[in-house]
Amino acid sequence: MIHQYSRNGINIVLDVESGAVHILDDLPYKILTYIDEENIAAECPAIVYKELTGYSDSDISFAYSELYSLYKKGMLFSKRDYNIPLQEEYPIKALCLHISHDCNLRCGYCFADGGDFMQGRKIMPYEVAKAAIDFIVARSGARKHLEVDFFGGEPLMNFDVVKKTVKYARSLEKEKNKEFRFTITTNGLLLNDEIIDFINSEMGNVVLSLDGRKKVNDSVRKTPNGKGSYDIIVPAFRELVKKRGGKEYYVRGTFTAQNLDFSKDVIHIHSLGFDQVSVEPVVLDKDNPMAIKKEMLPVIFKEYDELADKLITLRKKGDFLNFFHFMIDLEQGPCVIKRVKGCGSGTEYVAVTPDGDIYPCHRFVGNSRFIMGNVMNGFDTDKKISAEFAECNVLTKPECEKCFAKYYCSGGCAANNFNENGDIKKPHEISCELEKKRIENAIYIKAVEALQK
Amino acid sequence: MKFVKTLTSGSLKSSACKGGCGECQTSCQSACKTSCTVANQKCENEKNK
Repeated sequence: MIHQYSRNGINIVLDVESGAVHILDDLPYKILTYIDEENIAAECPAIVYKELTGYSDSDISFAYSELYSLYKKGMLFSKRDYNIPLQEEYPIKALCLHISHDCNLRCGYCFADGGDFMQGRKIMPYEVAKAAIDFIVARSGARKHLEVDFFGGEPLMNFDVVKKTVKYARSLEKEKNKEFRFTITTNGLLLNDEIIDFINSEMGNVVLSLDGRKKVNDSVRKTPNGKGSYDIIVPAFRELVKKRGGKEYYVRGTFTAQNLDFSKDVIHIHSLGFDQVSVEPVVLDKDNPMAIKKEMLPVIFKEYDELADKLITLRKKGDFLNFFHFMIDLEQGPCVIKRVKGCGSGTEYVAVTPDGDIYPCHRFVGNSRFIMGNVMNGFDTDKKISAEFAECNVLTKPECEKCFAKYYCSGGCAANNFNENGDIKKPHEISCELEKKRIENAIYIKAVEALQK
Repeated sequence: MKFVKTLTSGSLKSSACKGGCGECQTSCQSACKTSCTVANQKCENEKNK
């Protein structure tokens, strides 16, 4: 299977099964449409000479021979002729630790219903956090790198437990031969010098929530008394990033139906001095006025195209901007096994709530059907649920098998799938369309940069 | 090649036998939390370094 598309005069071909990517002149690009991938001949089909007028026979013959050479080398129309080893059970190596089911913002689109995940406002006691650390150490087998993301609600509302949990986990590293990588996702309202220094010292990555332009941010990300958060958080985020010393961070926003011109928000965040930006489509019930609907896709596609063009222009001027969803590693990226398995929710990655309940990921918290266990009651988890998630991969989803993006998105978000279709294996159509567009742009940016060299 | 520039020859097939160590970052721990993107994750397999 191949995927071919053109942007701004650049013809791009992705060979899906090998991962090869080619830039083609117009002639071979046109010839591709005449090739039957189930019956590829060594000689160019006669119809190509007849129909592609304006090209010499020798050029057509030569262009075809180049395509045929790629085919013979397994870089075009390749087939998956190998097994991808998958298991029914995996070591658990990543935790989304819901350190606080309380929040000091009331964002209009919050999938956690104001931070409490419809479970009442709570903060995680240290005993639960400690048990969660013991749980991941016990269940991680031979995995060395263990990931813990402090999540909420707003995790800084329980900062003392964050600190104690990090200290406890670090105390186990040498003895257990583990390396903890901590991340935190914060709205920034409670940041101060002490917290910034702690985050910059201990967190391998920090996700800073800001939606973009002041008007856009403050129309949704409000305090409980209805005031906007922009003026408080932007100076704090700048201070944090300035003192971060080059360590990883993202300023992360959400776009909704109310700001479909979100490329302006990405550029605005960049203009504030941030070069690592992620702005994502909102996740909401389709009846919500802020939800992204199918009829909005053409506008969003155009916006992603414009953002890619803006990013290329900025970089050409030496002004670097990284947009999370346009990041792609064509050479040294993840192995195909990872690409098939995806995010690992319910298998390698789980969420733990303030009560100690274990869920397949943060997006399932609050749905009791998905409770896998409780860290206060031992470290066993429901094998049926983990098997259900292990079975949910690109190879088991019929819609994914035919999709060019399958090794880049890995079959999408299980929670989006479940919330839309009641089935973790049935892809969420809008998410698929958006992801395909982002991947096209990610590869396009690579192509432009390669041609500029 | 005259008409074709190859950006990458693709390594998915070879990664099937060398991969699967599980040491790389969980994608949702990076910056998304509401979508799924794996192609931007770094390989952390010691054998591939």
